[in-house]
Parts: sequence; structure tokens; C-alpha cells
Amino acid sequence: MSTVKLTIDNRQVEAPIGATILEAARGVGIKIPTLCAWTEINHTPGACRVCMTEVEGQRGLIAACVFPVNEGMIVHTNTEKVRQARKMVVELLLANHPQECNYCVRNGSCELQKVAEFVGLKEVRFDYTQFSRNELIDNSSPSIVRDSRKCIECHRCVSVCEQIQTVSVLTPAHRGSKVKVVPAFDLPLIESNCITCGQCILVCPVGALYEKDDVDLVWKALNDPTKHVIVQEAPAIRAALGEEFGMPPGSLVTGKMITALRRLGFDKVFDTNFTADLTIIEEGNELLKRVKEGGTLPMITSCSPGWIKFCEHFYPDLLDHLSTCKSPQQMFGALAKTYYAELSGIDPKDIVSVSIMPCTAKKFEAQRPEMNSSGFRDVDYVLTTRELGRMIKEGGVDFVNLPDEDYDAPMGEYTGAGTIFGATGGVMEAALRTVYAVVTGKDLPSLDVTPVRGLEGVKEATVKVGALGDVKIAVAHGLGNARKIMDKIREGKADYAFIEIMCCPGGCISGGGEPIPTNNEIRVLRSAALYRDDGNVQKKRQSHENESVKKLYDKFLKEPLGHKSHKLLHTKYVKRGTELPHRNDG
Amino acid sequence: MKAEDTELLKEFTKEQVAKLNSIIEKFKSKPGGLIPVLEEAQVALEYIPISVQKRIATGLNLPLSRVYGVVTFYSFFTMTPRGKHTVRVCLGTACYVRGGKALTDTLEKQFGIKQGETTPDRMFTLESVRCLGACGLGPVIVVDEDVHGRIKPGKVKEVLSQYN
Repeated sequence: MSTVKLTIDNRQVEAPIGATILEAARGVGIKIPTLCAWTEINHTPGACRVCMTEVEGQRGLIAACVFPVNEGMIVHTNTEKVRQARKMVVELLLANHPQECNYCVRNGSCELQKVAEFVGLKEVRFDYTQFSRNELIDNSSPSIVRDSRKCIECHRCVSVCEQIQTVSVLTPAHRGSKVKVVPAFDLPLIESNCITCGQCILVCPVGALYEKDDVDLVWKALNDPTKHVIVQEAPAIRAALGEEFGMPPGSLVTGKMITALRRLGFDKVFDTNFTADLTIIEEGNELLKRVKEGGTLPMITSCSPGWIKFCEHFYPDLLDHLSTCKSPQQMFGALAKTYYAELSGIDPKDIVSVSIMPCTAKKFEAQRPEMNSSGFRDVDYVLTTRELGRMIKEGGVDFVNLPDEDYDAPMGEYTGAGTIFGATGGVMEAALRTVYAVVTGKDLPSLDVTPVRGLEGVKEATVKVGALGDVKIAVAHGLGNARKIMDKIREGKADYAFIEIMCCPGGCISGGGEPIPTNNEIRVLRSAALYRDDGNVQKKRQSHENESVKKLYDKFLKEPLGHKSHKLLHTKYVKRGTELPHRNDG
Repeated sequence: MKAEDTELLKEFTKEQVAKLNSIIEKFKSKPGGLIPVLEEAQVALEYIPISVQKRIATGLNLPLSRVYGVVTFYSFFTMTPRGKHTVRVCLGTACYVRGGKALTDTLEKQFGIKQGETTPDRMFTLESVRCLGACGLGPVIVVDEDVHGRIKPGKVKEVLSQYN
């Protein structure tokens, strides 16, 4: 790659042609503050104006995030003029930003707070109450809250929604001082095509986008002596929860998480991985049935509720391709108030089923009207990783120094196959292990199916599965990548048998409910933690080896795809389409 | 007419809907077609309500949010009908001190609408401007392209009667 030589703060620097001053400076460890640039998603609108620098020969100050470097350029990032300008920019941003930091959900993880500290801001001469925007908080969605008062117009959410997820719900609208980020026609989020993935939350620098907080409802259930409160945690939680307490990304904290949940007062600590293993049995058998009986192929995984809602909105003609399997969360919920209620002799009406998810879409999924096959709401409350983090802090539990404990029986046993559900390619890998064993009666030659691992957008592989011959598979994560595969299916050009799609880039380990920050470097570390759990920690690595799942079939479900399975573990989808409901509100 | 036109036909004639479709057809395969389509639609339909934005989004295969963002950005595009005539009252400093505010009040009362709105008979849209550079004539109102200077509230009716 050709490079240019320039000087930044009296240091000779070499940077690739086309790089911005911001990138060149970062490359040599010179920090320039910014609130809008998010280079991973190519988002550099130059909107926040915090990254002011001086370039010799240029009039005025330059926004480092958009200005390309060139040969012989002399840049100063630390002059009096630059420092004063940055301070002023941040002061003006704060002039209409609600000073509610003490009780803001982003207190401590807010980039505006950090930048104010960076530039050494000592006072804000404007009273924000005089200028604050008269906006209502949109909490119409069961997953995501939008507080436009706090928005600083960085437009990262717009980019991630449009470029990465290709959902394009959010847009900057209106003009001048009236500019605001909204769904089309200023509709509440619930009436838009929002698929509730929450990727917008992960990139929001401030508290303008955040998860619907259900912590108080869970406290209430825990405090109610008549309720038996059980909890399940998705695989991605154990690979990320530590970050909420300052542990390095990629720390695997399964044991501490279990202990913490017990100390918070949960009566039984179970695991979503148990039903992830169950999902593999059901989904694997469904795939084999479709192959044998000429059902709709390719079959696509259905564990990711953001992906499901996306498919319902944008590919309603292809819903038959979706596996009818409920997600592990909902399978767990349906079994908690039937199988577990029976085993424990507890009236299902007294069971409160809580799930801890890396995902804001899971909140939406739990509230879908059809998710009541147990006769009750299958999953009562869904908390994100961040909400659990806050709960543990509120409960006075010293997380980092907790001893490790083990899951409760019977819905706590899991295999390595269940745990890798949290990373892109994981469901595919887990399914292949079991499908191969069912078809051939033998284990896969190598249980590590590496072609489906990693952060490449669309991954393809062909696996020889005994009598079935070559099985062509594909894996996509992030809905922009999912679209590529779905368009291929629509055109009749997809010759895959089985496709895994996860809504969020990297899979559940970077779901919209995961700790902030989440970026590509952290995605890799969290995935690695799950593959460590699979490869090194768990003794069993194939879902069909899970003894508790076997027992579940023996005692309760009888057989995969059987009558009870159909009632409790499988579901139907809704054709939503992309049209917004027309509201005549003048 | 097709079922998908029902929503549009509540507000527009068959001819207008056909015109809208032909505008979309013309720019369909051209990149950057959104603004030209909106411009022509604004002229042909006089306003671009939700139903029209939906049709344009579907026709050009663009997200609704993008269409809405552009419509609300440019003041040329309006989501509510505009009147046959536009009345602009100058509220720049000179006009303001010479009675511009009283003119606005009179017009609002006479039309029964507020600034930025259109009379129910769609004859007049009332707007305000900050300075027209005709301070010597203040207070000034502009109807369409005609400037009327030194207008007293009592004279408003007479001026407007020229427009029908």
C-alpha cells in the first residue's frame, strides 16, 4: 500500500494514502477526541466537530475525522487554539443536553462525559433547561427506548441501521436547529419496521438510545414470597458479563454469574444452553425430515428474534424457509411452566420465568402473543447483560471476587455445542455435529468446523454427511449479509441445504444488550471465550450427548418433532410487510 | 384502479395518481432520482403526504425514512396542501416595529389559521419571513410574487381581494 509522510505534533508519521488525520494520529498513539466517527462502519460524517485540529496552510480549524492526509502535511493536535475550540464545541453540545448524568443509564459509559473530561471542560455557561428540546421519550417499543432530548446528532445509529442492518428505520429529519433523528413520519418506534436488534444502542455515544429497563419488575418478583423465580442465561452472557465489572473482554465468568444470580435471590439457576442443545435435536431432525420428504429448502435457523422480525418485514414470501423451531429462550420458557412445573410440583402460575439475554429483540420475542404455549406467558421478563450488571451492582454483590458455583438440575446441563450458539457460525457447527452423528452413527472426523467460524460476513462450506452426500451450507451475520443470501434464495440461485442467520454482526456476543463498548476487537475476544468453553471447559461437545435432554425426551417429550414438541417447541411466523400503518394525525 | 391506490385516491384524482406513477417511472432506474421525483410530485400534486411518500419509496426502492428525511429537509416540499396563493408577512426588525406583528394577527384571525398553515378552502397559505430588503416600505406583505408596502391591518382585506 502506498503511503504519505506527514508531521503530527512534531513527529514524523507515515500513513496510507486516503487515511484521515484521525486515523493517522490514532496509528501513532495520538488521541483526538470524537463523538461521531465510528470507522468500523465507515461512519465519519464530521458532524460533532469535537475532533478539531490545526493544519498549517489551512484556514480555520480542520475536522480530523474527514480530512485526508497528504504528503508533507503539518498537523497540530495540541495547540491553545485547538484546545479552546474543542472545549467550546463540547460546551455547546452540553448547552441543550440534559444534565441528568447521575441517573442516566449511560452514567460511566457515556462518551460525552469522557470527552468533556478529555477536553478539560470546567463549566457550562448555558442553562440547558432554557434550550433543551421539548421532546417526548419514545418508549413504545418493548425493546428500545429513544430519548431524543439527549441525542447529539452523531447519526451513528442511522448508519448502523441503514448500512449494517439495512433496516433503515432511523433518519435525520427536519432542518437546522429542528433536526432530529426519527423513524419515518416521526412515528413511534413500535409502528416502524424496527426489528428491535439494538445495534443502535451499542453505537450511541450518549443515553439517547437504551434498552427498556425491566430490572424493577424482576426485583418485585424476587421479593414476592409466593413466587418461584427461575432464571436462564444465554451463552453470550458468560462471555461478556465480566466487562460490566471491569474484567477484560473475553473473560469467561459462568461460575461467578451463577453465584451472583443465586445471591440476588433466584430460586433456581438454569441455562439457556440446555434448550440450545434441545434446539439442535429438534432443528437437526427437522432438517433431515425436510431433506427426506422434500420440504422447503434451504432451511434457515430461527434462534435470532431480530432476524425473524426482519424476515417477516422484508422477506414475507420466504417464511417457509425458516425452521419452525422456537428459539432456545422460548423453548426454555415453554418447558419451565410445563416440564419443570410437573417435576418440581410447583403450580405454573406461581413460577416466574426470567431470562438474561445479550439481546433487546428477545424482549420483543417474549411478548409475541403466540409465545404462551404453556398456558401462561412462557417467558415473563427478559433482562439484557447490561441490566443484569446493574442489578448485581444494586444488590451489593462483589462480582469479581465471587466463587464459582454450578447450575441447578434438570435444566442446567449443557454441552459445548449449546454454548457456541452465542457466536456466528455456532448454531451451524452444533447442528452439523449432531446431524452427522444421526445420519452416520459416527462423530464428525473433527468436531471443530472452522470454516463457519470467524467474522467474515457470509461464510460457505460443503460438508460430506454420510448417505446424504455433500451438504452445502451458509452462515451470515448482520442483516446486510443476510440480505445477500435471502436475495439469492428469492432468485432461486441458492443451492444450500441449511443456512444459519444471526441478526447481529458477530452473533449474540455483540447483541444489542451486551456491554458497551462493543467493537470488532471485543467481538473476537468474546467469541474466543465461547469456543474455549466448548473446546476446553465442557467435557461433552455434542447436543445429543446431553443426558438431561435425553431424560426430557424419555420422560416428557417422547420424541423429536412429536406431538408435545409441536405444541411447545415449534411456532409460526407472521407476514408483516414493509408498509407502515397509515396514521391520519394531520 | 388497483387496490394499492385506495389510499392515494382518498386525496388525489385518478389523473394525479397516474401522473405520480409516470413521474416515478421516469426516474426509477436513475441513481439520485429521489429529489427530481419529489420536485415533480410537489408541482403535480401540490403537496407530498404520507401516502405519496410511500408510493415514491416503493417505486424507487428506497427506505421510507430516506424519503421522509429529504421531504422534511427542503422547505420546497410540503406534507400538507399549500394554498393557491402564498401570503408572507415580513417580521424583520423594521417591519416588526412598524406593525408587522399586528398584520400577522389580523391575517391569522381573518383566515382562522396560524402561520405555516393553509386555509380550509386551500386559497391561502400564511407564512412569515425575516426580511425582504424592502425595509423602507415596511410593514410589508408579499402575496405570491407581489410586494405590498405600508400595509395597515385595515387594508389587508382589500389587498387580498385581488387574489381569487
